[in-house]
Amino acid sequence: MSTRLATGGRLIDRGAPRRFTFNGKALRGFQGDTLASALLAGDQMLVGRSFKYHRPRGIVASGAEEPNALVNLGLSDRFEPNQRVTTTELFEGLTATSQNHWPSLDFDIGAINTHLSRFLPAGFYYKMFIHPRSFWKHVYEPVIRKSAGLGQAPSERDADRYEHLHARFDLVVVGGGIAGLQAARIAAEGGQSILLMEQTAHWGGRAPVDGDEIDGQPAQAWIDATIAALEAMPNVTLRLRCMGAGVYDHGYLLAYERLADHQPQADMPRHRLWRIRAGRIVTATGAIERPLSFAGNDIPGVMLASAVRDFIVNYAVSPGDRVVVVTNNDDAYRTALAVKRAGLDVPCIIDARPAGGGALMEQARQQGIRVETGKGIAAVQGGKRVTGITLCQQAGEGAVIDSIDCDVVAMSGGWSPVVHLWSHCGGKLTWDDPRACFIPDPNRPPTGADGSAFVASAGAASGALTAAEALADAARAIDPTKSASAAQAAPSDEAPLMPVWIMPHGAGAKLRAKMWLDFQNDVKVSDVQLAAQEGYESVEHAKRYTTLGMATDQGKLSNINGLAVLSGALAAPIPQVGTTTFRPPYTPISMGAIAGEARGEIFQPLRRSPMHQWHAENHAHWEPVGHWRRPYCYRRPGESIEGAVSREVNATRDSLGLLDASTLGKILVKGPDAGRFVDMMYTNMMSNLAPGKCRYGLMCSENGFLMDDGVVARIDDDTWLCHTTTGGAEHVHAHMEEFLQTEWWDWKVYTANLTEQYAQIAVVGPKARAVLERLGGMDLSKDSLPFMHWTEGTLAGLPVRVFRISFSGELSFEIAVPAGHGRALWDRLLEAGAEFNVTPYGTEALHIMRAEKGFIMIGDETDGTVIPQDLNLNWAISKKKDDFIGKRAHQRSHMQDPTRWKLVGLETLDGSVLPDGAYATASGTNANGQKHTQGRVTSTYHSPTLGHGIAMGLVLNGPDRMGEVLDFPRTDGTIVQARITDPVFFDKDGAKQNV
Amino acid sequence: MLTLTCPCCNIACDETELHPGGQAHVSRAGPDSGDDAFEQYLFLRKNPRGVHFERWRHAMGCGKWFHAARCTVTLEVFGTYSAQTLEPPQDILDAIAARRPDWQGFA
Repeated sequence: MSTRLATGGRLIDRGAPRRFTFNGKALRGFQGDTLASALLAGDQMLVGRSFKYHRPRGIVASGAEEPNALVNLGLSDRFEPNQRVTTTELFEGLTATSQNHWPSLDFDIGAINTHLSRFLPAGFYYKMFIHPRSFWKHVYEPVIRKSAGLGQAPSERDADRYEHLHARFDLVVVGGGIAGLQAARIAAEGGQSILLMEQTAHWGGRAPVDGDEIDGQPAQAWIDATIAALEAMPNVTLRLRCMGAGVYDHGYLLAYERLADHQPQADMPRHRLWRIRAGRIVTATGAIERPLSFAGNDIPGVMLASAVRDFIVNYAVSPGDRVVVVTNNDDAYRTALAVKRAGLDVPCIIDARPAGGGALMEQARQQGIRVETGKGIAAVQGGKRVTGITLCQQAGEGAVIDSIDCDVVAMSGGWSPVVHLWSHCGGKLTWDDPRACFIPDPNRPPTGADGSAFVASAGAASGALTAAEALADAARAIDPTKSASAAQAAPSDEAPLMPVWIMPHGAGAKLRAKMWLDFQNDVKVSDVQLAAQEGYESVEHAKRYTTLGMATDQGKLSNINGLAVLSGALAAPIPQVGTTTFRPPYTPISMGAIAGEARGEIFQPLRRSPMHQWHAENHAHWEPVGHWRRPYCYRRPGESIEGAVSREVNATRDSLGLLDASTLGKILVKGPDAGRFVDMMYTNMMSNLAPGKCRYGLMCSENGFLMDDGVVARIDDDTWLCHTTTGGAEHVHAHMEEFLQTEWWDWKVYTANLTEQYAQIAVVGPKARAVLERLGGMDLSKDSLPFMHWTEGTLAGLPVRVFRISFSGELSFEIAVPAGHGRALWDRLLEAGAEFNVTPYGTEALHIMRAEKGFIMIGDETDGTVIPQDLNLNWAISKKKDDFIGKRAHQRSHMQDPTRWKLVGLETLDGSVLPDGAYATASGTNANGQKHTQGRVTSTYHSPTLGHGIAMGLVLNGPDRMGEVLDFPRTDGTIVQARITDPVFFDKDGAKQNV
Repeated sequence: MLTLTCPCCNIACDETELHPGGQAHVSRAGPDSGDDAFEQYLFLRKNPRGVHFERWRHAMGCGKWFHAARCTVTLEVFGTYSAQTLEPPQDILDAIAARRPDWQGFA
């Protein structure tokens, strides 16, 4: 069993006990524990189940690479799944539950999959569930989803807050081990601004655990002195619990600081995302120990040798009384010695190297530890916990020589430098044969804006695994001339590692099917070999076929082992097989940190018209239009949405309606060349518009498609005011600026987007003029202000511009006032209009009234493939102008095609409303067996004015087919018939607007 | 995320402040152009592995368009310059030639 030792533990405070629960069981740990060490101290080795076979899973590692020990952490609004126990610091009251098991962790029905594993090889899901096609969506996927998956998604709103922080540093050192400290210390003396970050809660990395000595003193003393020196320097910023998550173009670095994970009651943001521009980045990110692939290496109790050492030295936790060490390198001997020092038993060190190790092996032998060289583990015994191992020759096929009782197997297959950050932005790797690992290739670094390297690696991240090498490498990374004067450690006498990818070397199929590579996703040596055999030779394909490295640890532990097995199966050298792509973030970061402050009300700023508050107080049913909110209708208590819309249309047509049109784009175009410019922007002629007059204009993109429309008013000789659609204001302005700045930059024209400077109110209906006369101040008679004219003056004492334009077919005035007066004018109109039953109307009534008049709407009748000619708007396309944006495109053969669908009106024979977007079918079918089409619905409404459905649509040869009846299938298979009509359904002669 | 210096306001902008505008120095083909010339203008763009000239707009800043010469492989930026020119200025061409002696030149 695993337990707490009586003495020791460099990181725990035995005077500060902490209570927590795991699956409801009350447990105790100490301040300074990780959840992993506290669970082990409470003999909780079994912590989860694997993804595919639901095999029992124990803690394997002691850091960020942990693949197995993922738990649900917290409750309700602080619930978070998939948290690694090895990186979770213990705090009072922590609650954790295990994942991926049913009904319980100890007894899991899904574990039957492990007995079926022979029938669930790599690619099983792809092979099995592909036929019949329709079964995937309705049968297979729902069942598989239920039994797969790790933690559940949180269901409540996150109670914590998060923040982003933007920062610039000359140098960022990622990793606070001895290499990172050395690099920061040397660089800091140069005076540059430096950020040094460490992902754990402690500086110094592994050196204190490994018992290194630096400059003749214990590593911890040097670490403390170095940190004290750095803290005293004003140009250095130090951050613990802060992880370099990703390196991007031009020195952009994302770092993830966990401020309050270990103190959830603290009044501070939980996580902070640092968005850093770094002049230079040093990755002192260390190395991760590799497992060995022997049969049963996934049984709880089989751990990384370094993790066993960490738990003993850092937390005084014994993972077990009898620890067998199995290794292919010298470092694991340190674990055997640490176990021995803790008063525990090491029955055997199994060293795969025929000649064994160097000085550390001699030390172990002197301690009386049995060392077996040239040997391997044939198989691990045990179910939910290791009970022993059988010994074999590493070079053989696994014939058992001996069996040894133990409850922990500490394994070491060598170390893989953490090259992730180096690789994120294009840094390349090279294979280091003696150490059997990929290391950063200093000749092919990530390059910045000046073309030179902006990332350097330091220490174990470069492959410099011993303290002496790491310190020297870190000094070199900053300033090669300073390496002699920098801190140093005595070289250690270590024998070379021997690559061991399969143990024993000649293991047969039975053993290989029990050698785990990816512990979380249940990928075994046999799976990777099967993938290679089936032709998945590319490492990226083999990864996706087997899911190797696709678990939450993203292959940190076992990817190199998997690559080596693949390379063995393909008989190709490892560097030729290559690695999969390293993508940020290094370890998962919270969604909250990514969102930062952008949640709730400030997720996206809302644009409000000057009358917004009135709408809100008067039952507005809101419609999002771009970033604006516009009233769709004003829904009185007890009224349906359809009822409100009908009431608004009828009241406007009968008497008087008001529309808040403030959101319409208003772009001022001014200057000596403004006329020439608006002629280029619009399809029709605008330069000859007389001051005081208005003209409806169309705007096309350079490829001819209708982009926006609106009324243009000539203000004076060199000024035009261009109205755009609500959604189009910003991009129309940008479109104008693009051509002004990049094409006709010698033209003297100035544009300004005045959309928010003015409130605009449409006063609509037979009583429109009457209500404005009540306000007083201007002569708005038919003769003084004819249709499509505008004028300036005062109404109700407010300075206004009045445009006599109509989008409803009614007598209509659009009144613009400076935005600050918008609400006042709105209130005056409501007061003066009371006797006319003044009725504010929303966007839906606006849409219906324009459709009744056959006016097009950008985004309904247009979709980026429609040209003005399709909408019978040839009258608005100038034939006199030499050029305008889109003119050349209109000459292309497809634009001239007489069979382009054209705009018509549609009326259902039964008076119902056509489904929006419905297609008109034609005879015959296409190659896919689908009916041919000959038109589609672009706008469709119930017309309260006419009492039946009206629609507009684009139909093949439509204008020549008036009166024909088309079939429109509904989604339920029934058909609705509609007759082709003129798109102007109401008041064709314009009698109502021209009064 | 690239950093480019806006030549109008001299600010080193994060890419999030900028709006990309594709290849620079494309000549507009007007109503008199043939189909090939118009296709070239409207649709055909270079996509070089190496030196490239691009249009960018300082959309979240001064609003001005500018051009950038950069290497699409190494992300090296040779310089930024006003959009109000028909070809890259000599100092930009010199900067590229100094860093990429084998470069075939602006064509």
